[in-house]
Amino acid sequence: MRIVVLLKAVPVVGTEKMTGGWLLDRSAGLESNGNDEYVLEAGLKLVEAHGGELVTLTMGPSPATEAIRKALAMGAARAVQVVDEALAGSDALATGRVLAAALQRMEFDLALAGADTSDGQGGVVGAAVATRLGLPYLSYAAAIEPDPAAGTVRVRRISPTGYDVLEARMPALVAGTQLLGEPRYPSLRGIMQARSKQIATWSLADLGIDPASVGTPATWSAVLTATPPAQRAGATIVRDAPEAAVERIVEFLAARRLI
Amino acid sequence: MSGRLTQEQIDLRDAVGQLAREQIAPRAAEIDQSGVFPRDVVELFARQDVFALIYPAEYGGLGGTLLTNCLMIEEVSRVCATSGLILAVQALGSLPLLLAGSDEQKQRWFPGLSSGSLLNAFALTEAGAGSDSAGIRTRAVRDGDGWRITGTKRFISQGSEADLVAVVAVTDPEAGRHRDLSIFYVERGTPGFEVARLEHKMGIRGSPTAELVFDDVRVPDANRVGEVGEGFRIAMRTLNRSRPGVAAQAVGIAQGATDVAVAYARERVQFGKPIGEQQMVQAMLADMATRTEAARQLLYEACERIEDGAADAARWAAMCKLFAGDTAMAVTTDAVQVLGGYGYITEYPVERMMRDAKITQLYEGTQQIQRLVIARALLSAQ
Repeated sequence: MRIVVLLKAVPVVGTEKMTGGWLLDRSAGLESNGNDEYVLEAGLKLVEAHGGELVTLTMGPSPATEAIRKALAMGAARAVQVVDEALAGSDALATGRVLAAALQRMEFDLALAGADTSDGQGGVVGAAVATRLGLPYLSYAAAIEPDPAAGTVRVRRISPTGYDVLEARMPALVAGTQLLGEPRYPSLRGIMQARSKQIATWSLADLGIDPASVGTPATWSAVLTATPPAQRAGATIVRDAPEAAVERIVEFLAARRLI
Repeated sequence: MSGRLTQEQIDLRDAVGQLAREQIAPRAAEIDQSGVFPRDVVELFARQDVFALIYPAEYGGLGGTLLTNCLMIEEVSRVCATSGLILAVQALGSLPLLLAGSDEQKQRWFPGLSSGSLLNAFALTEAGAGSDSAGIRTRAVRDGDGWRITGTKRFISQGSEADLVAVVAVTDPEAGRHRDLSIFYVERGTPGFEVARLEHKMGIRGSPTAELVFDDVRVPDANRVGEVGEGFRIAMRTLNRSRPGVAAQAVGIAQGATDVAVAYARERVQFGKPIGEQQMVQAMLADMATRTEAARQLLYEACERIEDGAADAARWAAMCKLFAGDTAMAVTTDAVQVLGGYGYITEYPVERMMRDAKITQLYEGTQQIQRLVIARALLSAQ
C-alpha cells in the first residue's frame, strides 16, 4: 500500500493574523491542519495493516517544516515539500495545480486529503487535484477500506441520512473527516527517528510550472479588505475549576431568573 | 528559550508536555484523592516510549542524557508530581544496572524496563537507616552459588508495584565502613519477598510507599550488581544521578504552581480589578517565577556537569536538589497564598502541589544531608 497524504501547515488555530497585503501571515507558528492529521492517522493505520509506505506532500513555506516533522514523528516514512517564493498568495486553483504536478511524480495507491483546512476552508483542493489527475474522488470519508488484491477502495461517506458506501478503483483520492478517529501522539522514538527522515524540497522549476501562473498575481479573485469580527460586549468567561465554574454559572442564571 | 537545549530536547520536552497537559493533568486530582497508583499513566509512558529514554539503544532504549530525562520529569511533574515520580523511580531503580550491571544483566532486564513492561524500585532505606546508611541491617549471606537475603526496607517508592527491586544489603559486616554493602536485584514473586504495608502520606499520594520484607529470600549470584562490597559506592553514584530527578520533579511542581497562580491572578477580580494588578500579588508572582527559573538553570547545569563526569558530581547533585526542593516548597506556599481561600481547598490544584512539594525536601537525602554533602565537598577541595 503506497499512500500519499496531502498535508497543509496552517497558522496555529486562534493565533491567525494578517499581513499588510490581506494574506494570512505564514512566517511563523504553523501547525498541521487538523483534518489532515485525521487522514494521516487513517493512512498510518492502513500502512500498519497492509504494509507499504506513507509519504506526506506539502506545499508551503519553510516554517511548514515543523508540521511536516510532526507527521514524520507520527510515522510517515518521508516527506515532500514544494517550496517556492512565487507560491505566496496562491489560490485554491493554483494550489491544486501544484499539488497535482507533484503527486504525478509520486507513486501511490491512495492519496488522502483532509476535508478542508482551518485557514482556507474552501475544501476544494482535494477535488481539484483528483480532477486534474483523473482520479476517482471519494469525499467526506468516515472510514477507508482498501482491498489491495482487488485494486479497489471503499469508503463510508457521511450523508444526511447516515452514510453511503462508495467504491472506486485505485489509485484514488479520498478526502476524510474527523470521524476517521483521533490522531496519535508522536512517540519519543518517533520524534528522534523523524530527525533523520528525508524531507525532499521541490521548486516550481522541478515541477515544470511557470511561476507567473501561481501566487498572488495569478489569483482569480482578490481580497479587497479583511475585518475582524466585532467584539461582543459583556461576555464573561469563567475559567474556574469545573465545580466552582458550575456554581458561578448557576448563580449567574439564577440572578436573572433564567433557572 | 534556553540556548543549552538541543532542538531534539525541545521537541521531546514539548511532546511530553502536551501528553502531560492533555492526558495526565485531567487525572491529577483524582490520582491524589484516590491514592491509587495510576497504571494508565504507566501505560501512557510505555506507549509513548518515555520509559525508553534512559536506556542505551543496544538494549531497546533511546540513549537519552540525564538532562533529557530530567526535562521529561519536569514536564510531567508540572501537572502531576505522582506521575513525574514514576519516571524518576524507574530511573533510580535502573541506575545500579546502568552504572555497574553486566551485559548479561542489561540484556535480561533493560528491554522490559525500557518498554515499561517491568517497573523497578530502589531499596536502600530502613527504619533505622535513613540518612545514615551505616545503620543498614538487611543481610545477604552466601548460599552455594547464590545468596539469602533477610531484612526489612522502609519508605520504598513504588516498592509494591515494582517487578524488580534493587536491594542494598550487608554482605560483610567485618569489611568496615563503605565496604560492607552489596546490591542485589530481587524479582517480584521470589519466595520470602513480601510487601508488608503501605504508608499513608501527606503528598505524592498516588505513588505507593511500601515496607518490603525479605525473609530468607534466595537470589542467584547473577542478580548481584557490581562487585561484592561495592554496594555503597554504587549507591552513592546512583544518588548523584537520581537527585537531579528529584530536583526536576521539584522544578516541575514549582512551575505548575506558578502557572496556576498567574492564571488565577489574571482572572480573580477584587476591588474592581484583577488581583494581578495589585503590587503585593505581582511581587509574589515575580519572585515565584524567578526562583523557579533559577532552580531550573541550576538543575540543567548540574545535569550537564554530572553527564560530563565531573569529579564533584555529588556536590552538583546535592546543590540542585537542595535548591529546587526549597524552591518548590516556597513557591507552592506562595501559590496557595495568591489563591487565598481557594488555594486551601481541593477544587484548585495548588494545595496538592504544596503537599507534593514537601517530599522533595525529604527523599533521596534530606535537605540537611544535601548541605552536608555540599559543605564536605567545599572543605575537602584543594
